[in-house]
Amino acid sequence: MKVRVSVQLKPGILDPQGKAVEQGLHGFGFEVDHVRIGRLIDMDVPGTDPAEVKAKALAMCEKLLVNPVMEKASIEVL
Amino acid sequence: MRVAVPVFPGSNCDHDALHACGTVMGWDTIPVWHQETHLPENTDLVFVPGGFSYGDYLRCGAIAALAPIMADVKRHADRGGLVLGVCNGFQILCEAQLLPGALLRNESLRFIHTDVHLRVERMDLPFTRAMKAGEVFQVPIAHAEGNFTLDPADLVDLEARGGVAFRYCAPTGEIGAAHVPNGAMNGIAGIVNLQGNVLGMMPHPERAVDPKLGPTGGLGVFRSLAEAFAKA
Repeated sequence: MKVRVSVQLKPGILDPQGKAVEQGLHGFGFEVDHVRIGRLIDMDVPGTDPAEVKAKALAMCEKLLVNPVMEKASIEVL
Repeated sequence: MRVAVPVFPGSNCDHDALHACGTVMGWDTIPVWHQETHLPENTDLVFVPGGFSYGDYLRCGAIAALAPIMADVKRHADRGGLVLGVCNGFQILCEAQLLPGALLRNESLRFIHTDVHLRVERMDLPFTRAMKAGEVFQVPIAHAEGNFTLDPADLVDLEARGGVAFRYCAPTGEIGAAHVPNGAMNGIAGIVNLQGNVLGMMPHPERAVDPKLGPTGGLGVFRSLAEAFAKA
């Protein structure tokens, strides 16, 4: 099954990239606030049970995909 | 004294580490390819060098932390063996959970290469025992991700247990946000684990040890290690 893991910096963790993009958008006149930049990880995970596949993706997050000091993730089975 | 220097694809300070430990200090210093599963026998110190291991993919140090050699580095640390991680080496030790915290992008978003001053916060470590209380030394930094970050509660714990080994400071030793090049919390440049045998730092002491190449502000760390081993 297709799985999408979205990794974001935790609230409160400074995101200088997001800040820079926000300022760039302000430069074009867009009204925008709290721009945060994250990472999307798409993958194929064997299995047919969404709950089971999601559990596997969660284990991957804990082992490698997410650094819990600074990041949090949300998992979507597509 | 035997030093092992793990070498990952993308390491680029491994030869600085080999030069400082081998040529300058005269220690038996051995490069160890990341695919090896065991450190050389009787390794006293593991020097995890700087660079861009695995191209900094995913997060700096995240993939290197999973390399086969790191399992033995962990065993070495668990036995009380000394581990020094510099720059990317520090990031690898954090990702391997040998040290707490994480290194984020510099506040300025820029790669910074400059000389900095560090104040010694712990004088009782094998890495600092030849230094004096509050001693200030000058070493270079060269990194884009050196912004040390920790959960606020864990930061309080780290400070309370004396986990901070080095802090960025003015040449006079004064500390404060103005002297922190990368936005690191509390101006933290280097930390040690609870047992005091694993140290990670962003600045490069190994690049400031040879008078033929420039200033030698980093020698204090290596003299301390020499002293620690002479006594051991």
